[in-house]
Amino acid sequence: MMSSLSADLTPSQSIFKGINYAGIDFIVSVPCANLKELIPKVDESPDIIHLPVTREEEGVGICAGAYMGGKKPAMLMQNSGLGNSINALASLNMLYGIPLLMIISHRGVEGESIVAQVPMGELTSKLLDTMDIPYFLPQKGVDPADLIVKAWSAVSNQKKPVAVLLPIPFWRKQ
Amino acid sequence: MKRIDAINEIAAKAQETDALLIGNIGIPCKELHHACDMPNNFYMLGSMGLASSIGLGLALSRPDKKVITIDGDGSILMNMGTLATIASQEPQNYLLIIIDNRAYGSTGNQPTATSKNTDLAAVAKGAGNKKVYVVDTSESLKETLKSMDNGIIVVKAEPGNTDAPVITLTPQEILRRFMDVSSQQPQEQTFHLPIEGHFRF
Repeated sequence: MMSSLSADLTPSQSIFKGINYAGIDFIVSVPCANLKELIPKVDESPDIIHLPVTREEEGVGICAGAYMGGKKPAMLMQNSGLGNSINALASLNMLYGIPLLMIISHRGVEGESIVAQVPMGELTSKLLDTMDIPYFLPQKGVDPADLIVKAWSAVSNQKKPVAVLLPIPFWRKQ
Repeated sequence: MKRIDAINEIAAKAQETDALLIGNIGIPCKELHHACDMPNNFYMLGSMGLASSIGLGLALSRPDKKVITIDGDGSILMNMGTLATIASQEPQNYLLIIIDNRAYGSTGNQPTATSKNTDLAAVAKGAGNKKVYVVDTSESLKETLKSMDNGIIVVKAEPGNTDAPVITLTPQEILRRFMDVSSQQPQEQTFHLPIEGHFRF
């Protein structure tokens, strides 16, 4: 059984707990300020192969290779990187049926201070809808760790990319 | 030498060493499929630029297996960052072979930047890769392959395609067949329990 609410955990700690519960063992990352607590945790984990990548599209390719090698792959990224990845998500993951969990810091929404984040911020869920990529959002009263576990279960059942969108207010606690 | 000459040498090396082999998008994949189709081959049909990255992810997740990627100059130019990622990881089981024919061979042989001033071996070295070799004949490629299981080889080739037919396997078939080999974990020691009564696990 999953534990109840991770009340004492920071958002990053809860997501990290979810990553471990889901058994994700291969992670690529492109940083975002909101991921600054999570990335070192992943990097230090003995159960996860973690590599920083130069661009999200490259990360999609590396994760596809890891899946072929028997791993459970995920990408930590900012939503701006979705735009960098679309052709690969479609003509690699969707074409062959290759799973990928995208754990996305969703910028350009409520609380954004950088105007350049807004256009992609507003387009993110529309792009995911258009691509038929399911996405999960944090909900009040739901443990973020459970969100990751549910999203991973969708990834492995549907053999396709699935996103978890974590907007600015979600990260405020840390 | 043409691309197909390099592909023949690389496929022979993959067969000899039981390596997993990633084929690049377009005519290179068709040529590999036509020259030497085997379950160890993954044919990348889309996602131009990512053959080198797919091979890296595979190599890191399967350190017990050798992985070879056949890439091209146009594709590497599209995803140069991965040369830095490969250099950072230094996988001991990953050999990236860039067949540089100075042209986008699958789309009409339009010249790439390597037909002008770009030196991919220098780029690969500048990105931090320590073992980078350049070859320009089938013989030198064959000789270099004998002693290499990791690093980067840039193969200088002339533009030109064979008329290899379209791959008729579906993407799902390509993946399933490949993963039967690539995701098969090494045999672990098994323990046999004496059969006494009924066990329920």
